[in-house]
Amino acid sequence: MRSTGQLENLQGNHACAMGAIAAGCRFFAGYPITPSSEVAEKMSLELPKVDGIFIQMEDEIASMGAILGASMGGAMAMTATSGPGFSLKQENLGYAAGAEIPCVVVNVMRGGPSTGMPTRPSQGDIMQSRWGTHGDHAVIVLAPSSVKEIYEETIRAFRLTETLRVPVVIIYDEVIGHLVETVELPVPESIESIERKWATCPKDDFKPYGETKDMVPAMARPGDGYRAHTTGLTTSQDGFPTQDPAKVESIIRRRLGKLEHHAATIESFEEIDCQDADIVLVAIGISARAAGRAQQQAREKGLKVGLFRPITLWPFPVGAFRSATKTAKYIVVPEMNTGQLILEIDRLVTGTTRAIGINRIDGEAIDPAAILHQIEELS
Amino acid sequence: MDEKPVESFNIRDYLREDLFPHFLCPGCGHGIALRALLWAVHELNISNDKLAIVSGIGCSGRIGAYVDANTFHTTHGRPLTFATGLAMTRPDLKVIVITGDGDCLAIGGNHLIHACRRNLNMTCMMLNNEVYGMTGGQASPTTSETRYTTTSPTGSIEPVFNACDLAVAAGAGFVGREVTLQTPALKNLLRQAIDHDGFSFVEVISDCTEIFGRKNDLGDSPEMILSQKGSMRPDSYGNVVDEPFHPNHMKTGVFVETERPEYGAVYRRHIKSVQAGISGKGS
Repeated sequence: MRSTGQLENLQGNHACAMGAIAAGCRFFAGYPITPSSEVAEKMSLELPKVDGIFIQMEDEIASMGAILGASMGGAMAMTATSGPGFSLKQENLGYAAGAEIPCVVVNVMRGGPSTGMPTRPSQGDIMQSRWGTHGDHAVIVLAPSSVKEIYEETIRAFRLTETLRVPVVIIYDEVIGHLVETVELPVPESIESIERKWATCPKDDFKPYGETKDMVPAMARPGDGYRAHTTGLTTSQDGFPTQDPAKVESIIRRRLGKLEHHAATIESFEEIDCQDADIVLVAIGISARAAGRAQQQAREKGLKVGLFRPITLWPFPVGAFRSATKTAKYIVVPEMNTGQLILEIDRLVTGTTRAIGINRIDGEAIDPAAILHQIEELS
Repeated sequence: MDEKPVESFNIRDYLREDLFPHFLCPGCGHGIALRALLWAVHELNISNDKLAIVSGIGCSGRIGAYVDANTFHTTHGRPLTFATGLAMTRPDLKVIVITGDGDCLAIGGNHLIHACRRNLNMTCMMLNNEVYGMTGGQASPTTSETRYTTTSPTGSIEPVFNACDLAVAAGAGFVGREVTLQTPALKNLLRQAIDHDGFSFVEVISDCTEIFGRKNDLGDSPEMILSQKGSMRPDSYGNVVDEPFHPNHMKTGVFVETERPEYGAVYRRHIKSVQAGISGKGS
């Protein structure tokens, strides 16, 4: 991506909308909800300028359904929401996972459960973003932690969902969503175009969910003559429902297997000073920004502290995490919930390494000083 | 559109026969409704490739799969939402939603009223058989009072929805109702609906003989559909407010046919005005 060389002040939610449009998103359906509404507002303004469609639906469920309808019609499509809306979207998010419909869902995290604290930040949806819909399913979750990264990761979200046919969720907390930072955006033309794999084979040979080398079947564009069937029922390769155990298992395993097969493409993380670290901080979103500050301060004090920041949150970059924490005695996990990311870290740490959480659930962001204090306690 | 002679209608041109035997119970009215729909599609000269059938969950939701076209079997109550995204992005497709009384009026009720209000180009065919058949015969929003179902074991005591009243009140530009016995009339109604520019709503009075009929001693399928016809009044609707709804006094025919701006076209004009810099405040 080539930079425009121009600096501008941009809000996180607006960066999300701009990134989507730069990626080629031409359909957005949404429903007002704090603290994500600015994504919809920006889309309503910008999409018509590029022949795109913005529609405000009657509810969160409808906006999720609408983006799937648009995506099945061939458009790159997105919706944005926050906690209560994210819960409602899970039904059709599962449809997208099952029927392998490309889509991007943005979840700007606020305090929960239920209506919770609409204007206060939280990171309470880390597990919901992975396991929110029922049944075994593949989903990719990206967790940007700056305005510029929201822009870049939104583009990457479209690249991943369109090429892999796995729904992509972008999660960031309210602080990052409403943060205004000075960013230098790329020239839109310099962004590599994103193209879905459309069916071009002879009509009789087409299998909507056939086996392919890359495990991603080509999609039939309505009107191209393939007359495909799409359903939320479990299907065989021909796209029609089946309960044949052998067919069911192979198709579910292929869908889930895409994540592992394409792990190198999906995985993204940032690693700072981890090679010799006694303590590695692991965090996302605004907590990672605080952790980054604490990590710097700790190094200035001569303490061996590193930071590992999963940008692709799910699937968790396991290999990179293991290599980044090889020398670590402690892994400190600051997060704005009572301990969700740490469940994954606990699962991965071995031997005498210990994972310690720093948790804040009062609607305020974690202070770098609190993290530094914990580092000093452990040193 | 060019009209093909009726004689040339062969339903097999529109079916995925390799999926047969179909799953419908003997006597179910849904097959007749589907036949009428495809007959209308044929008369309007809509090609299979340009036809998009979007359905929800339940018996009504499953019949879309038998149509040899672009078929989308979506989630419970949500077909109108998927159809909205599809119709907005693909005005070249003929979008037809097949739904049922539970799918459309209970879990999907909110989507129906907003689809009527928005007036996007699509046809919604709601098959009303007064029951949740797929799940074993539970009461639906159209189950007549006193009827027995597995969740109204002593007879239903809830008032019913009149789907057409609802659609009219919500602003649908085209609203009509027909029984399956009158297949040619149903075909004509659906044809008018599909040809209508904007959102059109057709309620088909279908019969669930196997579950609902059996539970309520309504006889076999011919008996059921004959009694349905007998309880209908095939005249124009008049003022819906004057005639409080009762299922045994339902009317058939076209109730509303008005021209309202079609939302897809409205949006395309909106795009043009935005690009020409004629948009209002906030830009």
